[in-house]
Amino acid sequence: MLIDHPLLGLRDSSEFIYMGDAKLLNRPNWKSKNSKTKFIDYGYLRKNPAGLHKELWYHEQGDRSWLVVTRNTVTHEILKVELARYLKRKANAK
Amino acid sequence: MKYSGFKVLWEGLKGNTGWKPMWRKPDPKKNYDIIIVGGGGHGLATAYYLAEKFNITSIAVVEKGWLGSGNIGRNTTIIRSNYLLPQNQPFYEFSLKLWENLEQELNYNSMVSQRGVLNIFHSDGQRDAFVRRGNAMLMSGADASLLGVDALKKLVPFLDFQNSRFPIKGGLWQPRGGTVRHDAVAWGYAKEADSRGVDIIENCEAINFLVKNGRCYGVETTKGVIKSKKVGVCVAGSSSQVMGKIGINLPIESHVLQAFVSEGLKPVIPGVITFGAGHFYVSQSNKGGLVFGGDIDGYNSYAQRGNLPVIEDVCEGGVALMPMIGRARLLRTWGGIMDMSMDGSPIIDKTNIKNLYFNGGWCYGGFKATPASGFCYAHLLATGKSHHNAKDFLFNRFEKGRLIDEKGQGNQPNLH
Repeated sequence: MLIDHPLLGLRDSSEFIYMGDAKLLNRPNWKSKNSKTKFIDYGYLRKNPAGLHKELWYHEQGDRSWLVVTRNTVTHEILKVELARYLKRKANAK
Repeated sequence: MKYSGFKVLWEGLKGNTGWKPMWRKPDPKKNYDIIIVGGGGHGLATAYYLAEKFNITSIAVVEKGWLGSGNIGRNTTIIRSNYLLPQNQPFYEFSLKLWENLEQELNYNSMVSQRGVLNIFHSDGQRDAFVRRGNAMLMSGADASLLGVDALKKLVPFLDFQNSRFPIKGGLWQPRGGTVRHDAVAWGYAKEADSRGVDIIENCEAINFLVKNGRCYGVETTKGVIKSKKVGVCVAGSSSQVMGKIGINLPIESHVLQAFVSEGLKPVIPGVITFGAGHFYVSQSNKGGLVFGGDIDGYNSYAQRGNLPVIEDVCEGGVALMPMIGRARLLRTWGGIMDMSMDGSPIIDKTNIKNLYFNGGWCYGGFKATPASGFCYAHLLATGKSHHNAKDFLFNRFEKGRLIDEKGQGNQPNLH
């Protein structure tokens, strides 16, 4: 698989480390209600879809950025690649 | 149908005209005691043990494709019981004991071949870890012995003992481990389950579960609605897809694991050999092909095919361990979808929905577990209680912090 890095262009997926579902970006607040249930969900439960999946890839052998890759888990087709830090900044600005 | 040497001779004289299909192709009835979703090795084994050990024969096994079209026909056929943790090892030893008697029990030649499993180690630290593992195996009633370099040189003289980066220091040897003809496991269980009255319904996909007031009372399938007192899901890589139909998220990611087979070679590899410094394991099939594999690709996938970097990595591991295979040509590669759980260990448990049961999370170790998984799942389905060898394979171990993490990798499925 080739991942179209937003800054570096097409890079081989073997340069990356895979971290799974991009929901890991949204860590629950430990002070919130039901935080225990939320953390169990955050730590252990996954939707694991067959089809489009937003997932985290870490460019360890490159610029060490975290990417959010939208990929089809049935065909391995990559549809969208975004920098995780931009997504996070955008979400925090709201 | 009963098979015997006499029958083979007799049929040979009659031009093989008397063989019959091994199982019926029934249409689903309206009602069963138990529906098993998933006609792979584990599902068929569950149906067989329910009928044989628990006298429940009103069972339907619904399978989306043809029988044995999933991981039971895609694995590298290894059986062993060389685990470390007390929650795992007795279960796998129980499984190995069932394997040892499987052919007699099923009256079917599944070619159970106990040629031995050898785990190579390359450093003092790794030796200590394997000594500990060997002791855990012995304590569970399994067999294990530690082989030094001299013994290895007699057993497997072709290894690269003087490899400068990973010199071989010895191996942990389990003589009772080995390989089994994987398809024949599915066929054997199907044959015997069918002969006890179990309906095996192929090309019948479970579309949804029938649930009312928190109770499951059947399955909606592509061949219509089938009602039952209990439903057992047993679908490996498709676990999240099937359980997702009723909104249950699982502690599972689906990953692709590739397997490889070389062209046929003369007998050269005596049993199963694993590389301790990389991820590579190999055995030789009865046709002569080297059957080998390594790591999962490492990303969520339902594709049943992988990518080239892992092929390269696995082949590098193989050549580092046994340079002699460097000129063997790769014949085929394929992939299967692994239900990788959050701690690398399986789940055989009830769900939040009454009468709905779940068996999955086998990671890439499901094949060797087939008989014990079927037995323990049958026990749970029939009695409502976990079998003592599978009492820790529960959903709530994640929230309780009682993970069964053989490798100590934490909640990251692609590292198990």
